[in-house]
Amino acid sequence: MPIAVQNYSYFSDMFLTTGIRDLGQYMLLLGQTFRKPENWREYYKALVREFGLLGINSLGIVAIISVFVGAVVTIQTAYNLDDPLIPDYYVAIATRESIILEFSPTMVSLILAGKVGSNIASTLGSMRVSEQIDALEVMGVNPAGYLIFPKVVSLVLFNPILITLSMFLGILGGYGAAVLGGVVSPQDFQLGLQTAFNGFYISYALIKTVVFAFLIATISSYYGYYVKGGAVQVGTNATRAVVSSSVAIILANYVLTQLLLL
Amino acid sequence: MIEVNDLEKSFGDTKVLKGISTVCHEGKTNLIIGRSGAGKTVFLKSMVGLHQIDSGEIVYDGRRLGAMDDDERKDLRMEMGMVFQGNALFDSLNIEDNVTFALSMFSDMSESERLDRANFCLKRVNLENQNKKLPAELSGGMQKRVAIARAISMNPKYLFCDEPNSGLDPSTAIVIDNLLQEITQEYNITTVINTHDMNSVMEIGDHIIYIKEGKKAWEGSSDELLTTENEAIVDFVYSSELFKKIRAKL
Ligand SMILES: Nc1ncnc2c1ncn2[C@@H]1O[C@H](COP(=O)(O)OP(=O)(O)OP(=O)(O)O)[C@@H](O)[C@H]1O
Ligand SMILES: [Mg+2]
Repeated sequence: MPIAVQNYSYFSDMFLTTGIRDLGQYMLLLGQTFRKPENWREYYKALVREFGLLGINSLGIVAIISVFVGAVVTIQTAYNLDDPLIPDYYVAIATRESIILEFSPTMVSLILAGKVGSNIASTLGSMRVSEQIDALEVMGVNPAGYLIFPKVVSLVLFNPILITLSMFLGILGGYGAAVLGGVVSPQDFQLGLQTAFNGFYISYALIKTVVFAFLIATISSYYGYYVKGGAVQVGTNATRAVVSSSVAIILANYVLTQLLLL
Repeated sequence: MIEVNDLEKSFGDTKVLKGISTVCHEGKTNLIIGRSGAGKTVFLKSMVGLHQIDSGEIVYDGRRLGAMDDDERKDLRMEMGMVFQGNALFDSLNIEDNVTFALSMFSDMSESERLDRANFCLKRVNLENQNKKLPAELSGGMQKRVAIARAISMNPKYLFCDEPNSGLDPSTAIVIDNLLQEITQEYNITTVINTHDMNSVMEIGDHIIYIKEGKKAWEGSSDELLTTENEAIVDFVYSSELFKKIRAKL
């Protein structure tokens, strides 16, 4: 067989088999994660910890990014719509739609995939290499359930709050930029915000957020949980966790948009 | 009692355990000795089911580990305590919470009862007034003692210790050895200890298993160890000049 073909089949084999194996292992891990907890009180305590670690800790970055991106979106839209035939309040409509439909649910989720995903993967990874996961298992605790379940629940419940906040702050940032920069008058901006508002967009955004949160939590947990080796592999897998959850978010975004908006 | 029958375990192409059989009795300290890399840790982890074994059988008082479903395995594990070679303390929890972890998870003790139990266990390993510290704030030997306290917190029926006194000074090492022997006898525990501390071997070795290159090369009591003519074990145990001299005098 020519070397090129040989290599090709080698790589495609490797790709396919590792891909399928990863997916299978990921599914098995999900199965272990969603088992009946040994003790609800302890899981609840873990959940409260994760709310702080994964949720509250993300408030700052989400707030800052949302305000400024909202401002930039408004300024850019105003710049592009600078036409006497287009009424000023269109700027507010455009800002509102970009923030609610795409920026808050998708972009903020991507940012959270970086922040929270690497945190989850490296925490679980270092627990794996320091045998803390083995220690849980020998005690009779289901490590996947105790460690991963609270993270998934925490992200699935808290990310919608973060994203709602992000929508609010993004639009506020846009309003601020419009008024401070004198691009659109406060009255026009408020008029725009209320014009042609489709409430379903909010549901659409929140459905996306919940799916993305689930993907971030489970994919990052998968990469952390199965680390083999030491500190270097923990790092490698944390990176893989971020890359894979981001790609998964982008793909899911496309699929969900097809399903929900068409 | 734990019976191990013809246990084999390999990683990829390297065979680490090549068919080991032995019986560990309750109320006895069973010591696994062997050179670094001989397979002691792999043996211990295979016994508790942390490694998937290639072939063989591990039987806990008539209950076969390989044939258990998830619930039976969980019930068995609640009867186990284990000290890992690297301690494996939960680094986000303080000392007290580490020791009471399994109790909070599985027992219906009140918080103050759990605390009493933790203090009792910590006292037995000579580690008091450190309850609120995080594992990272303790020395290696102190962490080891917390790991032992955690392992005995649930009053285990089976206790596994991977090098429980490595990294301890001689006097603390003796305290730990004596503690392990005491609780083994007091609560009739089946205790399995990995060690390469010859002092422990002589002091508390009720039943000693010598593993060499993945096989059981010798087995017996510490008294038998003094008089055995088995070359492999003599070579291993009496590798220091001091021990050679002592043996020559016997
Ligand atoms: N997870 C693993 N993957 C591959 N090989 C392993 C793994 N764990 C152990 N081994 C190999 O098995 C052999 C036995 O290792 P083990 O840790 O049991 O030694 P040990 O007797 O406990 O040594 P020490 O006294 O230094 O702790 C070693 O050669 C090691 O390389
Ligand atoms: Mg070892």
